[in-house]
Amino acid sequence: MRHIISVLMENEPGALSRVVGLFSQRNYNIDSLTVAPTEDQTLSRLTLTTTGDDARIEQITKHLNKLVDVVKLVDLTEGAHIERELMLIKVRATGAQRAEVSRTVDIFRGQVVDLTANVFTIQITGAGDKLDAFILALGDNTVLEVARTGVSGISRGEKTLAL
Amino acid sequence: MEELSGGEMLIRALHDEGVEILFGYPGGAVLHIYDAIFHQDKVEHILVRHEQAATHAADGYARATGKPGVVLVTSGPGATNAITGIATAYMDSIPMVVISGQVESRMIGSDGFQETDMVGVSRPVVKHSFMVQNAEEIPRIVKKAFHIATTGRPGPVVIDVPKDVTDPKLKFPYEYPKDIKLRSYQVPAKGHSGQIKKAVDALLSAKRPMIYTGGGVIMGEGSEELTELTHKLGYPITNTLMGLGAYPASDKQFLGMLGMHGTYEANMAMHYCDVLLAIGARFDDRVTNSDTSKFCPDATILHVDVDPASISKTVTADVPIVGPVKAVLKEMITQLDNSSNKVDEHALEVWWKQIEQWREKECLAVTPAENGVIKPQQAVQALYEVTKGDAYVSSDVGQHQMFAAQYYGFDKPRRWINSGGLGTMGFGFPAAMGVQFAFPDAISVCITGEGSFMMNQQEFATCMQYGLPVKIICLNNQALGMVKQWQDMQYGGRHSHSTYSESLPDFIKLAEAYGHVGIRIEKLDELHSKLEEAIAMKDKLVFVDVLVDPGEHVYPMAIKGGAMKDMVLSKTERT
Repeated sequence: MRHIISVLMENEPGALSRVVGLFSQRNYNIDSLTVAPTEDQTLSRLTLTTTGDDARIEQITKHLNKLVDVVKLVDLTEGAHIERELMLIKVRATGAQRAEVSRTVDIFRGQVVDLTANVFTIQITGAGDKLDAFILALGDNTVLEVARTGVSGISRGEKTLAL
Repeated sequence: MEELSGGEMLIRALHDEGVEILFGYPGGAVLHIYDAIFHQDKVEHILVRHEQAATHAADGYARATGKPGVVLVTSGPGATNAITGIATAYMDSIPMVVISGQVESRMIGSDGFQETDMVGVSRPVVKHSFMVQNAEEIPRIVKKAFHIATTGRPGPVVIDVPKDVTDPKLKFPYEYPKDIKLRSYQVPAKGHSGQIKKAVDALLSAKRPMIYTGGGVIMGEGSEELTELTHKLGYPITNTLMGLGAYPASDKQFLGMLGMHGTYEANMAMHYCDVLLAIGARFDDRVTNSDTSKFCPDATILHVDVDPASISKTVTADVPIVGPVKAVLKEMITQLDNSSNKVDEHALEVWWKQIEQWREKECLAVTPAENGVIKPQQAVQALYEVTKGDAYVSSDVGQHQMFAAQYYGFDKPRRWINSGGLGTMGFGFPAAMGVQFAFPDAISVCITGEGSFMMNQQEFATCMQYGLPVKIICLNNQALGMVKQWQDMQYGGRHSHSTYSESLPDFIKLAEAYGHVGIRIEKLDELHSKLEEAIAMKDKLVFVDVLVDPGEHVYPMAIKGGAMKDMVLSKTERT
């Protein structure tokens, strides 16, 4: 099963490499990873997605917790949560295709953030499967480049991942 | 406030931390630090002959004393040479602080002379690491490093120090912190009482109980409590290779070591038990025999460990207890005393009867050779008698290690010093040096094989320099015995690159070349007397070259892919 794990860790050199190293060292996989400082500059928040059965996920969270840089973590998929990913995508479209692409962007509530005679640059946010669906909807041969941020997430309601 | 340079701060901080001895080897990047060592006499520095030996010596010191071992090496090759020793300590959860030199800060990343990314290279084998950015943070980093290395599940910590940070011309105010708090690092102080109650209830409801303990009981100083609890319950107990000595081997409730080369009775009792209490042990594949689905099929598993990640890693625990072994054992004893339930004495009697039957197999009985050739097991037995079972015994890795574990009955913790997790050949001799530095008057013996010994034989020179009277008992079978045994058993006897008898050195002359004493023992009838002669030389290093039966195998041996009850008992017998 796919899990989204958010980690609050010390914003210090080497912290990120310890997290990533742990995954390769123990043969766990990372499907996506995103990291940035939080409102407290001494802390970074790292969110990753990984897959595994319950025993594997339990080992992953235990080993993450063991890292001295890791302050706190949560498996967001254990409860109600909001998941978002941002994608920038460059699409070639000419002639009649241009109106078609525009419509698709509207349907997916994306935005056209740059435009040339032949190329649309589109920004779209949502859960990973929505972004996948958008790429599929564009059809063949039109996609020039894709930049996805990886999944970020937060739990719903009162629950927080904070000190 | 006193002002010190970075180099001076490092050494002063070690002293303020209570460090008495450090093992190291100088080089360009640490010259400022070595100059600071020169100007003081509080911390003794031991010059080894290879950085790997520095880490093993510090490791041996740590295992024998419980205090952290400290190492100082230079950048580049000094640092990478230390890696094997750091990995050895990591696998066996040994407290260690390794200070490595680094090129100047401005040079980092430029592929400078003797530059290695030590923090990166060591990352998978350390508990934590630090790169010092400026001299002022040295006292806090040293404090943090020792705190992390010695608490919770102990382990090695690396402090990488760029050369400019130790510049003797730049002085900064020095104050060593009294204690340190890390918001991201907390160690449990005790176990969960409710979980402990569940475990005690399960223990008292057992018909066929078994206690299995590992190195965590030794590192966690829980031997006394373990012995008390086991005596109160009257249950059988086994120790892992790492856990030997946590419970007295001479006690009648002790079934010997378990696992791949464990005793028949210990492995059988494990397989057939209905409640298993595991303490400070990690269900490693050398215990469970790779296929964990066949492991202890009927048992309710109670698992005590300070490291939550060790629980349910390979074998799922029914009652997990996270906490320091000593505190958990203490609470178990209290709860046991206050429990209204009692041990099922009748069931226990039946269980012990069964165990006695297994014991009657005498799986460790040694059949003497007909031609007077010494069996390696006999050499260990003789050493036990000559040292009255009271030596510190270090070992290397291979057949001799297993013979030492099987035949030298350890009655006290911290007497058996071996690389159990990583299985590092070359560990034993430098580890025995570390032990001897910690206890100058004790008998520090290294049981080794000629293969392992040659991996760190350069330490003969260190022993001469410091007058270390280590006793090396080399079970010389003129081959890489354990490799050869596997080749005998699984590769049709094809001894691919495991023999070298025609090229072995004369170890007696080698020892003498360094100014030490060498004794060769070739016949069984001189084994005892010559070992006595060696041990009696209290102020000399003695290398005892014992020529042993080269065809001997270690038994019992687990059958690969089987359950714990599946063992090869001799060259002709299986369970």
